[in-house]
Amino acid sequence: MLELDAEHVHNLSERVKELSGEDVTHCIQCGKCSGGCTVAPDMEEIPSRIMRFIQLNMKERALTSAMVWTCSSCLTCTARCPEGIDIAKVMNVLRMMCLAEGYTPKEKHVRVFNRLFIDMIQKYGRVYELGLMVQNNMMAMTPFRDIGLLPAILKKRKIGFLPHKVRAVAEVKELFKKCKPFIKG
Amino acid sequence: MTESSHHENIELLTYSEVIEVKGFVGNFDVTIRMRPRSVDMSKCTGCGDCLTKCPAKVRSEADQGLGTRRAIYKPFSNAVPNVPVIDREHCIYFTKGKCKVCQKICKAGAINYEQEETIRTEKFGAIIVATGFSLFDISKYGEYGGGRYKDVITGLQLERMIDPNGPTGGHLVRPSDGKPAKSVVFVQCVGSRDEVKGMAYCSKVCCMYTAKQAILLKDHFPETQSYVFYIDIRATGKNYEEFILRAQREYGVVYLRGRVSKIHDPGDKLEVYGADTLAGESVKINADLVVLASAMVPNPDARDLARMLNIPYDSYGFYSEIHPKLQPVESITRGMFIAGACTFPKDIPDSVMMGSAAAAKVCTLFAADELTVEPKLAEVDVDKCVGCFNCIDVCPYEAIQKDTVSGRNVARVIQTLCQGCGNCASTCRSGALDVKGFTDKAIYAQIAAPFEPDEEEEDVYAGA
Repeated sequence: MLELDAEHVHNLSERVKELSGEDVTHCIQCGKCSGGCTVAPDMEEIPSRIMRFIQLNMKERALTSAMVWTCSSCLTCTARCPEGIDIAKVMNVLRMMCLAEGYTPKEKHVRVFNRLFIDMIQKYGRVYELGLMVQNNMMAMTPFRDIGLLPAILKKRKIGFLPHKVRAVAEVKELFKKCKPFIKG
Repeated sequence: MTESSHHENIELLTYSEVIEVKGFVGNFDVTIRMRPRSVDMSKCTGCGDCLTKCPAKVRSEADQGLGTRRAIYKPFSNAVPNVPVIDREHCIYFTKGKCKVCQKICKAGAINYEQEETIRTEKFGAIIVATGFSLFDISKYGEYGGGRYKDVITGLQLERMIDPNGPTGGHLVRPSDGKPAKSVVFVQCVGSRDEVKGMAYCSKVCCMYTAKQAILLKDHFPETQSYVFYIDIRATGKNYEEFILRAQREYGVVYLRGRVSKIHDPGDKLEVYGADTLAGESVKINADLVVLASAMVPNPDARDLARMLNIPYDSYGFYSEIHPKLQPVESITRGMFIAGACTFPKDIPDSVMMGSAAAAKVCTLFAADELTVEPKLAEVDVDKCVGCFNCIDVCPYEAIQKDTVSGRNVARVIQTLCQGCGNCASTCRSGALDVKGFTDKAIYAQIAAPFEPDEEEEDVYAGA
């Protein structure tokens, strides 16, 4: 049972507004975001419900929902929201808050993939696909997943064997440094 | 109201009631019972001295029982006319035979205990019925503690409370212990949209006045937090939706989509149990004050009045118009108009519109020198009429009266009232009644016409 108390009922929506600039209290629960969401059909909680959790200060439900991690940030919801709320951005903020506040992400593999992806960007300035695939498979304990696709991908030269760095790696690193405090928030 | 009381063509009859209406459009004979006010209206200056000195205290109807009034009182502070009335049921002089404090106080000598009820009958051309509404009795909701818990009040009681001239002097306090209320829960649809305990209809005004009250509370007492439990928000007027959104966004009113299931009073704070179906979660709120949006319902005596005035009413007791879209202020009785919440729950703009429309209809009626009626009226053939008067029973417009023609009892149709429905014509045994233009003879002729040989047509065939 949800117990609402006058002092804290607006805490989460205010925090989300602080971090994302998006005012979730504007959500009128029309459900258009959920109707168009590409992953919502497979989810227990739909995006509009996540917005509701924020409105009612249901922090744990919002931060530990699988929806928050499965969201692919395709921005369909953002493009269609009649109140102009950037829902994908809110989802991103929820992922950050989930980590910053020590909650366990519901979809661990998504979290692992995100971490590997970000690390790779930090290191090379761009994605090293083969490295990402191998590392992701190892972390997920499925070393041979999608291995059958490899010959075809290599043959078509879709990915390279060795990583390629961007020229301004130092600047990218600088960017990441600036981002850190915000993420830890 | 004050303006209308000074108008040369308007006579306000307060503390009076209509007890009988006879006649028809342009010729209504209205009998009015004028109850004894016990205060001489011509002498009273409205100083209000008597209101403060009267020793008998009674729960105030205008303050919804939250405050008290004296036995000599004005119904509310801005009442028109500005003359008090003695409530004889509670007045110490009338119940025990001693007191007369008000008479001693009154400098104008306006108090008159001997006043008696007077009955007067007058002629009127048209009647507008605008008798308003009552509120649903919240004590029917035992699960909300309606009537049992002092801190569970109605929207109207809250309205009185936040009035600076009201029983709490404009302070938002718990009626039980007088402590300020910080957490206020509003419950919508109490008695409305409930087919088991209340009415099936939507009471229409509650969504808006609740939002208004929640905004006012935050404005006057910034430390309050309001919650509103609703089923649907019905804000279909000009700028209404924006108003609701403002309550939610600028004033932080928390709207919860669900009906409250139970209110429990463990002693200190009220525990409100409900749900928010949007979050799919049951909700519990500790509230200082709970405000129930009780439904607008017809007056308890609405049906009696309707029968007296010959106005049809629906299953709830709301008065029916002739046509909900095209004749919304006309009742079936010609010259009798209906306006406001006696027809259905309405907000102020709608009531004002309806009242203005009814007034305009009356002006139109009076402006013409002659009354225009539809030509299809019932007509009595006095030679055939046997005076059984079955027609009087079936006429829904009371348009048939008994008459005497050369010593015989016959029926007479009042042309201004007849709507040409034909009930009487089909009931009349002797065939004395017919609707003009729709006589039996004419209708039979119309039926027979297609089967009669056409002379011209025959000629055509003959030629061929």
